Amino acid sequence: MTLNRNALRAAVAAAVVGLSSLGAYVTAQSAEPKEQVIKITAKRFNYTPGEVKLRKGVPVILEFTTQDVFMGFNLPDFNVRADIVPGKVMRLRLVPDKTGTFIFLCDVFCGSGHEEMSGKLTVID
Amino acid sequence: MANEIERRDFLKLTAISGLGVVFASALPGMARAAGQDDFYFVQLSDTHWGFEGPPNPDARGTLKKAVAAVNSLEREPDFIMFTGDLTHTTDSPVERRKRMSEFKEIVKDLKAKTVRFMPGEHDASLDNGKAFQEFFGATHYTFDHKGVHFIVLDNVSDPRAIIGDEQLGWLAADLRQQKDDASIVVFTHRPLFDLYPQWDWATRDGAKAVDLLMPYENVAVFYGHIHQEHHHMTGHIAHHAAKGLMFPLPEAGKAPTRAPLPWNPVEPYKGLGFRGVDADAKTAKYELSEFPVVKA
Repeated sequence: MTLNRNALRAAVAAAVVGLSSLGAYVTAQSAEPKEQVIKITAKRFNYTPGEVKLRKGVPVILEFTTQDVFMGFNLPDFNVRADIVPGKVMRLRLVPDKTGTFIFLCDVFCGSGHEEMSGKLTVID
Repeated sequence: MANEIERRDFLKLTAISGLGVVFASALPGMARAAGQDDFYFVQLSDTHWGFEGPPNPDARGTLKKAVAAVNSLEREPDFIMFTGDLTHTTDSPVERRKRMSEFKEIVKDLKAKTVRFMPGEHDASLDNGKAFQEFFGATHYTFDHKGVHFIVLDNVSDPRAIIGDEQLGWLAADLRQQKDDASIVVFTHRPLFDLYPQWDWATRDGAKAVDLLMPYENVAVFYGHIHQEHHHMTGHIAHHAAKGLMFPLPEAGKAPTRAPLPWNPVEPYKGLGFRGVDADAKTAKYELSEFPVVKA
């Protein structure tokens, strides 16, 4: 099989574009390794899951949605919080820098069970 | 917990530093003759009218007993202040108003020259204070009494537990009218400091209010929300939490959750109560007295 010059040029160009794209992808992945995404659903008056386990120093993306009303997620021991707005996906990047078990809670008053709306984050080495 | 001050330690601290707040241990506020600069007020908090459940088998009787107890004080208060959570929350706007109406009907029997109100999150957070304002008026305001400037701060009508920039601006403007050595008392529902954010015992922008108050030499804050007596200092500013009148809550972090403490039939109404404050406007000293709902 033979390729004429034009066809060869086109094939090389396509390969270069492909490699370039791949290179960019690899570069991006190298700079920002794919982080684990943990989906947490808020619903009056609990979080699912209600217990989250992480490893110290390993970054994660906490991804929140609410099934009903405006909620909050507050993890005071790590000084992080997020509003959880109906119809939106809220993301929070967390790099746990200490081990132990910590409370997270809803800090937007959401009704008669608001005070019970909390969960546990456990961080291990 | 950092900065938590036990009552005994706090008493020592005030004695040493002359912070302007002293405690009395028994039958307080009664023996001292009222001078021109003296006055007496009562703080009631967290009555949660409408709550039903095992933590208080006398949920519909406790508030009435508290009213009777206040009315039996030897000295009639100049005014009474309810520091929020007058009613227990409900999703129903109709039920919310019914509870507020019933509450108002019960407390109208209080013997005092003036009875003042402010909201807690159970009253105001689900409708941004709409129903509360219909029944009780403004959610933040000021008043003056015998030389003391009182500021009522609303940190609950926004369900995010924030005071908000608009109200903080209002506070700053009000404080600018005060002398540095003015006697200032702040009423609020939630603590203005981070008492225990893990249980939502905080105000997200409370530090901004404390920063505004800090230049003033004589400031005391009285609040509710945590259903127990608690005393704390941020710099020279004293913060005093009152007991509730429906169910007590555990000490911060001393229980797995902030669930109400169980009712003890052997000691009914234990942990519930209200506070009398004997104020000396000239010296900005406040003598606090804790009263039970029913005498033992």
